[in-house]
Amino acid sequence: MALLQISEPGLSAAPHQHRLAVGIDLGTTNSLVATVRSGSAACLPDDDGRTLLPSVVHYGADQTVTVGHAAQKRQNQDPANTIVSVKRFMGRGLTDVADAATPYRFVDEPGMLKLSTVAGIKSPVEVSADILKALRFRAEQSLGGDLVGAVITVPAYFDDAQRQATKDAARLAGLNVLRLLNEPTAAAIAYGLDNASEGTYVVYDLGGGTFDVSILELTRGVFEVRATSGDSKLGGDDFDHRLYCWILEAAGLSQLNDRDARLLLTKARQAKEALTDHATTQVTAKLSDDSVIDVELTAEIFQQITDHLVQKTITPVRRALRDARLTADDIKGVVLVGGATRMPHVRRAVAQLFGKPPLTNLDPDKVVALGAAMQANVLAGNKGDDDWLLLDVIPLSLGLETMGGLVEKVIPRNSTIPTARAQEFTTFKDGQTAMAIHVLQGERELVTDCRSLARFELRGIPAMVAGAARIRVTFQVDADGLLSVSAQEQSSGVQASIVVKPSYGLSDDEIGRMLSDSMAHAGDDLEARKLAEARVESKSIVNATLAALEQDGDLLNADERQAVDAALAAAQAANAGSNANLIRTAAEALNQASGDFAARRMDRAVSRGLAGHKVSDF
Amino acid sequence: MNFDFAQSHFALFELPTSFALDRARLDARYKALQTEYHPDRYASHDDATRRLSLQIATRVNEAYQTLKSPLARGRYLLTLAGVDTEEETNTAMPMDFLMAQMEWREAIGDTKASRSVDALEALNRDLAQETDALTQELGALIDDDRDYPAAAMAVRKLRFLEKLHEEIGDAIEAVLF
Ligand SMILES: Nc1ncnc2c1ncn2[C@@H]1O[C@H](COP(=O)(O)OP(=O)(O)OP(=O)(O)O)[C@@H](O)[C@H]1O
Ligand SMILES: [Mg+2]
Repeated sequence: MALLQISEPGLSAAPHQHRLAVGIDLGTTNSLVATVRSGSAACLPDDDGRTLLPSVVHYGADQTVTVGHAAQKRQNQDPANTIVSVKRFMGRGLTDVADAATPYRFVDEPGMLKLSTVAGIKSPVEVSADILKALRFRAEQSLGGDLVGAVITVPAYFDDAQRQATKDAARLAGLNVLRLLNEPTAAAIAYGLDNASEGTYVVYDLGGGTFDVSILELTRGVFEVRATSGDSKLGGDDFDHRLYCWILEAAGLSQLNDRDARLLLTKARQAKEALTDHATTQVTAKLSDDSVIDVELTAEIFQQITDHLVQKTITPVRRALRDARLTADDIKGVVLVGGATRMPHVRRAVAQLFGKPPLTNLDPDKVVALGAAMQANVLAGNKGDDDWLLLDVIPLSLGLETMGGLVEKVIPRNSTIPTARAQEFTTFKDGQTAMAIHVLQGERELVTDCRSLARFELRGIPAMVAGAARIRVTFQVDADGLLSVSAQEQSSGVQASIVVKPSYGLSDDEIGRMLSDSMAHAGDDLEARKLAEARVESKSIVNATLAALEQDGDLLNADERQAVDAALAAAQAANAGSNANLIRTAAEALNQASGDFAARRMDRAVSRGLAGHKVSDF
Repeated sequence: MNFDFAQSHFALFELPTSFALDRARLDARYKALQTEYHPDRYASHDDATRRLSLQIATRVNEAYQTLKSPLARGRYLLTLAGVDTEEETNTAMPMDFLMAQMEWREAIGDTKASRSVDALEALNRDLAQETDALTQELGALIDDDRDYPAAAMAVRKLRFLEKLHEEIGDAIEAVLF
């Protein structure tokens, strides 16, 4: 409907061709999309005015994909096909999540884990792509055009496999990635530019699934990350889980089925959030065997049983300070980001460490998306007056496997990116034409303690005597923190070819297959778009009718009123379903049913207008 | 985008080719260069331009890191002068230096065992003093005396001290984290 596509004044018809770009905070728990319009960043809401999109995806047996609040509602009935916190699985193998209690059926194969759903086997990359698609759709609807690109945020502590998986997901969702931006850096942009601050700041970001800390130095227009650290397996979810265990114990229960477990985890999360503002809360739940859990919980107990988790965040903070060669006294301010930093004992711990209360003046849920939108705006070429430069670092050292299962560091952690390092290798057998290289990421000395990123096989080395060939392998880390490798034989100049086997990533073939799959489903996306449009249109007719009834309901006699009410109910019912044609038909019927009513209202409005005026006024 | 990949790091930073360094100018020029060449400036350009900006920004970072560190700067100046520092191959160190090294290793080993961060930090401070003295010597050998063989020896010595510094750092982290 034309009426709903009115865009912000000056946006679509901007004089300098404003290029539509968005920032996306792809969170463990919640995701957001934001953009800069008329010079200021704002999060884009859905049709119901909500900016947070729960990072939940439900897969139906009929191949329907539901994302966000609607998917969240299915969580308790259909836990196995409702994927929550998928970010925790990005670029991860099955053994990495072995300890986490989840209701999912994992597919046992090497490399990145996969989930088995009624709609087929899904890689975490595909699930994330479904979340990104929903946000892209939201943005395109509300901005009224195609996006030139997006900045997607990732935890600063994400390793190469996790970053690559995020970028692949964006590609799958049809987004042009302008940049992967570290979440704390995005938050700093949102803060720094608003407050025109200079000095050294700490960004402490405790979200649903990840913990990040970055130390940034802000000088005129330059954001320089001095050090970053964190724990990509620590967040609000862990507080829920600890509380869940406590509730089980308090209720004298041991093992629960998937549905009850999901229900109780949800209850635990609600209790945790309630205790941020209240001293006590009641946890009540009815399990599938009709037994009832009803326990009281105090903030004091909650803080006691989760204190070790708060302490677990302090170590990376100290490590980052040490890496930056700073002490807590050198820090001008601490910015809190992430929903879990609302917990009072987290705030207390941070305040105590730095000897000053943290800054909380921006909404911790939105600040990352806002900063990403500001960066997207700059990267898309919509230059403002004040431009800034971001100098970020690689969070974890990159190394190579050497003799005896040891790792030799090639690029140390906290090196400013982009960066590159070349290393020379030689053959150890006469006539050797191939060699294997194993790339790892992490700080430990043993291969088994670091994360395997990829195995490279160099082929086509010219046959020479042992030790004569000199192969120069170059490791390049780009501004997104992503690694690429190239190799050349020095004496002959032969470009050795590289066969990459990402340890936890998707191969190019797999990405290709997924892309063509999603092309095949492009029809579905079109359907989804039609459905959304139909819903929006129907909703506006329903709302207009409701408002009219409220104001001028007396114009209708009982029969007429009944007819309008019936059409109204039918339109609302159709809207709750997902049949676009039905929604349109019902909305049209409502329009017809209230046609007469509208005419009478018009008459009344006119006569009211006339009553107050003399004829000569017209 | 114009960039001369053949120029020296000093030329890139518009600094004189010497060990003595104006740190404030280095930092200011670094920010100016990244402001001009960083990939974020070219995010919506074509692939070739983006790749070029990535290569330039990478070079700028490498040059900055090289000039910032006294050891790397000394090594780089010697390379420019055509002198190989032979850090991997030449292990012939003066006797007194080797004795001092052994003492350092013993001290680090003992302090490690005590797991005292304070003691390790104290050791680090002593080491920093020695490193500073040797750095000054290196500067004079390069800038004033132009005695490159002696300078190469000083670089090799500094490399030893840097390894000790890393070892103490690792020990401190092992206690703290
Ligand atoms: N009032 C509150 N008190 C305590 N915790 C809260 C409150 N509000 C939200 N949270 C918690 O914050 C977490 C979600 O935070 P946020 O939305 O910042 O995470 P995310 O961005 O999705 O995750 P991540 O950044 O780790 O990927 C959840 O664990 C949620 O329970
Ligand atoms: Mg977050």
